Amino acid sequence: MTNTSVPVARLAAAVKRYGTLTAVDGLDLMLHRGELLALLGPNGAGKSTAISLLLGLVRADAGKVELFGQDPQQIMARRRIGVMLQSATLPPTLRVGELIRLTASYYPAPRTVQESAALAGVTDLLQRPYAKLSGGQQRRVQFALALCGRPELLFLDEPTVGMDIEARQKLWVAIRHLIAEGCSVVLTTHYLEEAEALADRVCVMARGKVISQGTVDDLRARVALKRVRCITTLDLAAVSSWPEVVEARREGERLWMSTAHAEALARRLLDADAQLAELEVQRAGLAEAFTELTREADPSADEQREAA
Amino acid sequence: MNAVISTLDTSHAHVGMPTRRVIGAYLQEARSECLRYLRSPGFLIPTVMLPTVFYLMFGIVLGRANGADAPRYLLAAYGTFGVMAPGLFGFGLALALERDNGLMMLKRALPMPPGAYLLGKMAMAIVVAAVVSVLLLLMATLLAHVPLTASQMLTLFITDLFGVLPFCAMGLLLGTLIKGQGAPGVVNLIYLPMAFLSGLWVPLAMMPKILQQLAPIWPSYHLSQLALSAVGLGQGIAWPHVATLLAYTVGFVMLAAHRLRRHG
Repeated sequence: MTNTSVPVARLAAAVKRYGTLTAVDGLDLMLHRGELLALLGPNGAGKSTAISLLLGLVRADAGKVELFGQDPQQIMARRRIGVMLQSATLPPTLRVGELIRLTASYYPAPRTVQESAALAGVTDLLQRPYAKLSGGQQRRVQFALALCGRPELLFLDEPTVGMDIEARQKLWVAIRHLIAEGCSVVLTTHYLEEAEALADRVCVMARGKVISQGTVDDLRARVALKRVRCITTLDLAAVSSWPEVVEARREGERLWMSTAHAEALARRLLDADAQLAELEVQRAGLAEAFTELTREADPSADEQREAA
Repeated sequence: MNAVISTLDTSHAHVGMPTRRVIGAYLQEARSECLRYLRSPGFLIPTVMLPTVFYLMFGIVLGRANGADAPRYLLAAYGTFGVMAPGLFGFGLALALERDNGLMMLKRALPMPPGAYLLGKMAMAIVVAAVVSVLLLLMATLLAHVPLTASQMLTLFITDLFGVLPFCAMGLLLGTLIKGQGAPGVVNLIYLPMAFLSGLWVPLAMMPKILQQLAPIWPSYHLSQLALSAVGLGQGIAWPHVATLLAYTVGFVMLAAHRLRRHG
């Protein structure tokens, strides 16, 4: 295949300003066939703007934006994508089957209604009006609309918000199935375990730029911190002042610490409290890595992150 | 592996889309728009009930008291009143709401053929206008016994059908100007006074001189003049009214297109 050299989607030094706010500030992003890229970042990091640029909803002030080597405002390029946006109110009186049939009609070679419904797990909802569905069911219908056109690239913006754990895991299975068929996916999510479960590559954004990019393991490895938990009577303030401890807090009877020197800290804890019990050491998850990375990038963004 | 190969193969088919499928997308869009509104009582009851119930009360029950020609006059007037609503509400209000709730953004991100969104809404407005027009004609002939020739009925029906278009265009412009929760109020504030000032409820001849002179400003005045001609109550020639409505339609669409291009 000669067209494998053309990336599925590409942003090159893209800039988008809204008035005085620079939402996307020289962003470089590349997505290849069959790859799932998770876009992470605190609120206001520019994830939504990056997606809007790739969908052709907004035009870049500078830089290049390409879908399959074309301008995303070209309908030809968009016939190869599927879209699930964060907030879209679909016509409440239309039935699920009608919504899928309508959306499929925009594409040259769509899946059948039955196949789309089966993939998204909404087969039993086809005759129901959209307004009568629960929030999680509506999200699944939106997922069916995203995949019904047999897209080569899928945009999923916070796809599992409002879903219970079972529905979320079913959606993950469906996403993996599509990737196995050669579909590429751009995913934004607030659930880091979702990125951990699905992503080939994670791209952390802050203030309109990519601050870190790599596999989930790469990202974790960049953060040397480990979590230490134990049941102890030691004083929180005293432990917090130890040089090995980066951060400490009490969770019920347990003390929770993060540290770069887990072995030294464990030794010191055991020396200081002979009664200490249930000592646990864990390496950092994506959540810690993410917190650490965005903190490095922007020390003033702590409040935003908490809000996120 | 088969799945992978078939996905790669279809990428070549994506270069173009057969015309038949593109037309299919337009038809699906129009069908969906019609279905969603025909199932929505909040839209259908006011747009269909208001003109028909008004006609029943003022044109038929009280009609004769207002003179022999009252049922005939009000058939034209309420027909005009009736076809304004699907354009202003079904088109304009829906656009305002959908710009706010994310549906418009989703449609723009999807490969919907350009124009299908607007043409679909226009088709819906024409269907609703046809329903209103037929109901009024049935009431006029069967209940009020207004003597109408077949050609008068047909002319009125066609006038009503095409009469929707300037109000779709006006709705389109309104939809680009207003947004969100306040939108229904704004559209009503334009719809109802405009109907009154065009002589749709009370004949213009009974209104103050200044309002009579202002009437040609309103598109609904010109449509009502055409409707009156259709039922044999016309004064003067038709083409200036047709030209004015055409000019309004083009003007509204151009302004709306300008705004949509700039603000999305």
